[in-house]
Amino acid sequence: MLDIQAQTDEKLVQRKAQKFNLWLGMLGMFMMFAALSSGFIVYTASGVDKGIKTLLPDTFVYSTIVIVVSSLTIFLAHKAAKNGDSSKQKLLLMVTFVLGIVFFALQVHAWNVLTERGVYFVNNNASQSFIYIFTGMHLAHIIAGLIVLIGAIIGANKLSKDGNLFRMDLASIFWHFLDLLWIYIYVFLLLNQ
Amino acid sequence: MSSTVISHSAEHHDSHGHHHEESFIRKYIFSGDHKMIAKQFLITGIIMAVFAMLLSVLFRIQLAWPDKDFPILEVFLGKWAEGGRIKADFFLSLVTIHGTIMVFFVLTAGLSGTFSNLLIPYQIGARDMASPFMNMLSYWLFFIASVIMIASFFVESGPASAGWTIYPPLSAVPTAIAGSATGMTLWLVSMVLFVASQLIGGINYVSTILNMRTKGMDLWKMPLTIWAFFLTAIVGMLSFPVLVSAVVLLIFDRAAGTSFYLSDLVVQGQILPNEGGSPILFQHLFWFLGHPEVYIVVMPALGLTSEVIATNSRKPIFGYHAMVYSLIGITVLSFIVWGHHMFVTGMNPFLGGVFMITTLIIAVPSAVKAFNYLATLWKGNIRFTPAMMFAIGLVSFFISGGLTGLFLGNAALDINLHDTYFVVAHFHLVMGSASIFGMLCGVYHWYPKMFGRMMNTKLGYLHFWLTFIGAYLVFFPMHFMGIDGVPRRYYAFTEFAFMAKWVSVNQLVTWAAIIAALGQVAFLWNFFYSIFFGKKASQNPWQSNTLEWTTPVEHIHGNWPGEIPTVHRWPYDYSKPGHGEDFIPQDVPFSETMSSNLPHDFEGDEEAERIQAEWNAQNGRKD
Repeated sequence: MLDIQAQTDEKLVQRKAQKFNLWLGMLGMFMMFAALSSGFIVYTASGVDKGIKTLLPDTFVYSTIVIVVSSLTIFLAHKAAKNGDSSKQKLLLMVTFVLGIVFFALQVHAWNVLTERGVYFVNNNASQSFIYIFTGMHLAHIIAGLIVLIGAIIGANKLSKDGNLFRMDLASIFWHFLDLLWIYIYVFLLLNQ
Repeated sequence: MSSTVISHSAEHHDSHGHHHEESFIRKYIFSGDHKMIAKQFLITGIIMAVFAMLLSVLFRIQLAWPDKDFPILEVFLGKWAEGGRIKADFFLSLVTIHGTIMVFFVLTAGLSGTFSNLLIPYQIGARDMASPFMNMLSYWLFFIASVIMIASFFVESGPASAGWTIYPPLSAVPTAIAGSATGMTLWLVSMVLFVASQLIGGINYVSTILNMRTKGMDLWKMPLTIWAFFLTAIVGMLSFPVLVSAVVLLIFDRAAGTSFYLSDLVVQGQILPNEGGSPILFQHLFWFLGHPEVYIVVMPALGLTSEVIATNSRKPIFGYHAMVYSLIGITVLSFIVWGHHMFVTGMNPFLGGVFMITTLIIAVPSAVKAFNYLATLWKGNIRFTPAMMFAIGLVSFFISGGLTGLFLGNAALDINLHDTYFVVAHFHLVMGSASIFGMLCGVYHWYPKMFGRMMNTKLGYLHFWLTFIGAYLVFFPMHFMGIDGVPRRYYAFTEFAFMAKWVSVNQLVTWAAIIAALGQVAFLWNFFYSIFFGKKASQNPWQSNTLEWTTPVEHIHGNWPGEIPTVHRWPYDYSKPGHGEDFIPQDVPFSETMSSNLPHDFEGDEEAERIQAEWNAQNGRKD
């Protein structure tokens, strides 16, 4: 039988490894967007008639602000969890969740703006289709992020302080990643518009 | 993904060290235990391998006797072999699914999935993977992917048939050929699940190796198997997401009408609206995964055989550090050579030259490994166990298949050889046969660890010789066909005058394939019979040094009944002069082996050196 100390040590090691899992997962997700970026560059270079050829909708500015603010709120939620302030943590998580939904809605709105301009997804200039691919794939990850947030809210109710904090750790790392990923995509598209 | 990490962590891990009773479902089906998951991967992989092998026998029959009817085929295949002759559409499906299953389901998931899961926790001294839940998820996604891939044989239009590389437009236009319809959709669904499974698995492997090694197990004390699994998982993590991107674009081309890969097409007399897309873009994205994929297939095999060859030569592996650095070299280079699959796509000759140079450089680390294997065998006290035979077989295939890589990597020669049987011969030897031999070597060697029983040795030898000779008889003649310009994936050699003379060679190849396939019955019988009736294994049947052999034969949750052993030395202390036995397990401290310690064992620890010198003086040992 193991003594308690050794068991706690093994648990700590395992948690560290699980957090590392998340970092590796984010690396994998980033590789996917890196592949799309290089695909975009190669495609766009294939002819003068290719390229975004339109201004990106202003909506993207608003959605960027929203997701940056949501990063801030999850940071504060994380801090509240550290201080053991469970109700504040839950409130801030809910705010983050709502901001996530708003972000989602704004992105979909941006698609509407684009289609009204005649920049369709089904398009013989696939550089324009790529805008939808980038934002759509990012939104798929946002859905995963929202599920993680729900998990964190449930965890704040159910788990021990220790378990809650660990879950909160992972949730906020992932949410910040989604924020940075969007900023990367936005800057990439801006540079190519 | 992350949500699973979170939800799992809190509840389950307090139970290590306790041996609580688990329900049947938790123990055998939705198991989180790395040993059970390894067995699940292995048995699923074996089933998929048998399936894909039978497909290859079918198309070999067609190639050998294109003008002959085999009514029995119609009994089994119905309208795909009307009148006892395989249809051309179905022939394409056969080669496509054979390739897909062998490369991905057998040699990626079956190989890495089995042995990474089994050996990573065992050999680094961990109680389980970082996240057992993710591990379970990885297996079940793989299982569903396998079911969907096989299910594509049960749709009316037949399975995918654009080749395992699924180049557009065949894969992107559902109306192009029969296999482009539902079969292709199922292929894509299956592969997306498969990639998810591999990513989840690979992330877990890397994280476990980096974070959960036992005391004393620094990176340079890890067995080469672990190094190989580690680097394989990294390659997979960086390349599989790129395939996802390529497939996402492909799916939209198929389903939504976008034009990422399509342009100026007339299909069945109808002009398609798509314009401006580039099928070459797909090839770039595909081969950015596709080439690293061949190293994902071969590196674990190289890792397994390094271990088996050292153990059964009773010698330290020759050039341990060189072996690791060459694996790292292969890992890095694998990402910058994908263009050699595309030399004839109209690539800029300068770019072709660059890819040619990077490709040929891979010969260097590969040759380092081949020479190190030979040097390890040299003057070894070799024990020819079945596992050792398969390991030596891998070295043979790795060399004979690797040499032709030099020809294919050459951009000028590739103009002639591209898409011929020369390519088929090359990759079936260097990554197909070599990897499957590595996998079989692993099965024979670690069988006692997996099932607590031994496999029958005589059947093992029979299996080895039939497979080894069969593989050479199948693939060696293909080189000559390729040099003569015979293209791959052609349905009937009798249709073209210049190919007709090769029909007789095809008959030899087909007979060899059938005999080699029958040889696998020896393996299957041996494998499944020994699970229940094999001779009971001892704890360390091969007198090996690595940590997995310090665990009890009976599997327990958490691997070691007490504390996890501490590691004191590298895993290759075989036949160390001065020691009574010809092996010293990794968990034996130097204080117990005073008669065989060498100055460099202490890595500059002066206190230890002083104690050793004192002992030497007292016991009359020189140096």
